[in-house]
Amino acid sequence: MSSIPSELRYASSHEWVQVEEGGVVAIGITDHAQQLLGDVVFVELPEVGTALSTGDEVGVVESVKAASDIYAPVSGEVVAVNEELDEAPETVNSAPYTDGWIFKLKLSDESELESLLDADGYSGVVESEG
Amino acid sequence: MSEAVLNKTPLFDLHVSLGGKMVPFAGYEMPVQYPLGVKSEHLHTREKAGLFDVSHMGQVILKGEGAAAMMESLVPVDIIDLPSGKQRYALFTNEEGGILDDLMVTNYSGEAGEELYVVVNAACKDQDIAHMRAHLPEGVELEVLEDRALVALQGPAAAEVMKRFAPSTAEMVFMDSRKMSIEGIDCFISRSGYTGEDGFEISIPAADAEKLCRLLLDQEEVEAIGLGARDSLRLESGLCLYGHDIDTTTTPIEGSLIWAISKIRRNGGDRAAGFPGADKILGQIETKEFDTKRVGLLGSSRAPVREGTELVNADGEVIGKVTSGSFGPTIGAPVAMAYVQKAYSALETEVFALVRGKQLPMTVSRMPFIEQRYYRG
Repeated sequence: MSSIPSELRYASSHEWVQVEEGGVVAIGITDHAQQLLGDVVFVELPEVGTALSTGDEVGVVESVKAASDIYAPVSGEVVAVNEELDEAPETVNSAPYTDGWIFKLKLSDESELESLLDADGYSGVVESEG
Repeated sequence: MSEAVLNKTPLFDLHVSLGGKMVPFAGYEMPVQYPLGVKSEHLHTREKAGLFDVSHMGQVILKGEGAAAMMESLVPVDIIDLPSGKQRYALFTNEEGGILDDLMVTNYSGEAGEELYVVVNAACKDQDIAHMRAHLPEGVELEVLEDRALVALQGPAAAEVMKRFAPSTAEMVFMDSRKMSIEGIDCFISRSGYTGEDGFEISIPAADAEKLCRLLLDQEEVEAIGLGARDSLRLESGLCLYGHDIDTTTTPIEGSLIWAISKIRRNGGDRAAGFPGADKILGQIETKEFDTKRVGLLGSSRAPVREGTELVNADGEVIGKVTSGSFGPTIGAPVAMAYVQKAYSALETEVFALVRGKQLPMTVSRMPFIEQRYYRG
């Protein structure tokens, strides 16, 4: 079973969103997503300053066997990326909700957070995928 | 989704009980990985020993006077002089010099007469069996071994593990093959494999397959390994995957498999030519006239470069295409095989892989990428 922390928000495309201060959110992929992918060997990070709309392809997480796109769960401007992942991409497997964060966005519309799923809602998405 | 019924190997229940993640592959439900995961399974095989189910592959016996001569007429390889108890890599070629399949041929001839044991790829086996049947001379019988499983025990600890159950395997060297009984089970064993490591391939009656596999898996060095790691292991070892790195559109020369063409079957040899496509294939050896060649590529960034990725030169002109590619867990870098224009096939040539709009530098590199650790005595 995968862990789904209750304090985070989720997109059905398996990203999590953590609200930080000043309208900034941290984003990564969920425990369920990293389990499906297996051992992560590379994360393609977006560039700081990139303006994203909800659903845009932001980057890619690659394992030995597969590649999976990362989508922007909300709109905003990329203000930080986790460069530690360049050297230690496996952090996405070992700590998907903490040290394995992928990028941070400055929200362009904070109300978009309302459209994200809570832990129960995301848990339903995971179950429906069997 | 297609609802076609998938075949199961005799080890299906074992895979499920071990937590194998089953996927369709070449018409079979096969384990792509176990709970250990692809990367750990790969590293475990290089460090200790891994057990692979390859029962989806085709196992065929050719029996009778003329079996070796018949096989020789289909491959550019010396089969007639293959000693009894030895295995050899071979290629079925077509009239255009393309490759129909790659296969392993073992000579089990003895007092009972000529006998060849042939292992072919799962996806090609129906076509290969039909191909052999179409060339079967009078007096040679072809038997498809539907009732046998095939497993591979691979890795530096494989020999130690096998010795516990079959002490005489310690006397075998790379490509030696023997029929023997293990724990009362009638096995065909070859010291060979598809990982670049020392190891064995073991053909077992289907009814005894799970029993023998459980014995092997009970050994502390041995883990079950899925198709995912099988692919990354063979890729690091520079071994071709049929249908990807070689196919009917590539000749053995273009596929960098010239080493597999026996001297005696080449121009000037005692049994030169006499296989489908000989003019084209032997001609290419002489003239070195061909357009593209299979090479190994090592990436300098971390991004895996996958099958189908286009390759360009420094001017951005397309000069090739990747046929297999992944991240090599042992190498710790992206590894790939590709066909490139001949001018770009020399070692150390820099080419660029087009990945998501970026040009990732890759270097044409010697294969195998890792050191093969076959036991040669």
